[in-house]
Amino acid sequence: MTYDDIFTKVRSILVEALNVEEEEVTPTSRLKADLNAESIDFLDIVFRLEKQFGLRIPREDLFPESIFQGDPRFVSNGQVTAEGLAELQRRMPYADLTSFRENPRVERIEDLFTVDLIVRYLQSRLATPAQ
Amino acid sequence: MRWTWIDRFIRLEPRRLAIAVKNLSWAEDHFADHFPGYPVMPAALILEGLAQTGGILVGHTHNFQKNVVLAKITAQFQREAHPGEQLTYQAELLDLNEAGARVRGTVHSGPELIAVADIMFAHVERDQLPPEIDDPQFVFQGELTHLLRQAQSVIPPSPPPTAL
Repeated sequence: MTYDDIFTKVRSILVEALNVEEEEVTPTSRLKADLNAESIDFLDIVFRLEKQFGLRIPREDLFPESIFQGDPRFVSNGQVTAEGLAELQRRMPYADLTSFRENPRVERIEDLFTVDLIVRYLQSRLATPAQ
Repeated sequence: MRWTWIDRFIRLEPRRLAIAVKNLSWAEDHFADHFPGYPVMPAALILEGLAQTGGILVGHTHNFQKNVVLAKITAQFQREAHPGEQLTYQAELLDLNEAGARVRGTVHSGPELIAVADIMFAHVERDQLPPEIDDPQFVFQGELTHLLRQAQSVIPPSPPPTAL
C-alpha cells in the first residue's frame, strides 16, 4: 500500500473521529494544534486504525503519552536534553524531529503527533509480516 | 437525587451487546420545564441512559472492577421522544482494550429510530484519579449496584456442551 493510499484512509478516519473537513487534513497537520484532537481522541483514532488496517496497535506504540515521566536525564528546565532527544527518536522512530530539535521545549512534543506520523507508522507496520 | 436513566435491562450478552429500556413518564420532574406545555425528553438524558447501557456492557468485561468513564459521544437524533413512550437502548461493543472501549448505540421507540450514537469510554486507573476522589472504584457502586445485579440476571445461559 502506497503512502498516498494510506493517507487517504487515515484522512477519512480523522474526518470521522475529529469531525473535521477533509481539506483540513494534510500530512503536516498536527493532531492537537491543527485538528483540535483531545487526549481521548487518540484512543478513538487507534481503535479506528486497528479496524481499518487489520492491525493491533499496542498502547503507547503510536502515541506515547508518558515518554519522560519527569526524568531529569531527559528534561532540564523545560528543555529536552540530548539524551531525551535520543530517547524520543527511539520511542517515536516515525516522527520528524528536524524542527523540534531547533527548539526542543517539552511542551512542543505534542506537535510531533502529525498525520504524517500516523501514515509512516502504518507504512512500517504494514510492510512487516504479522507476527 | 437519582441518576439512573435506565429502568431495566432486558438482555446482556457479555462482550457483545446490551439492551435496556426506559419508560418515559410525565411525572418525571424535567418534563415540567422541558418544555412547559410540550414535554420532550431532553436529548442529554436519552444519551445518559444509552451511555449507562453501554458503560455497564463495558464494565462487565472486567467484572465491574475497572472504572469506566464516558469520554466522548457523537450522536444524531431522528426525532423527539415524549411521555408515554418506552425507549429501547441498544449498545454494541465495537472495540475494547486496556485503555478503553468504543460502543455503537441506538435508541428506538417501538420500531422507530430515535437516535444513533458512537460512544467512547475510558478506563480510569487508580493513579489517574484526582486526589479528591478517595474511592478507587467510584463508578460501579451506590445506586448502580442494584442495576448491575439486574443486568447480570438477564445474561443468556451458556449453551450446554455438545456431546461428541
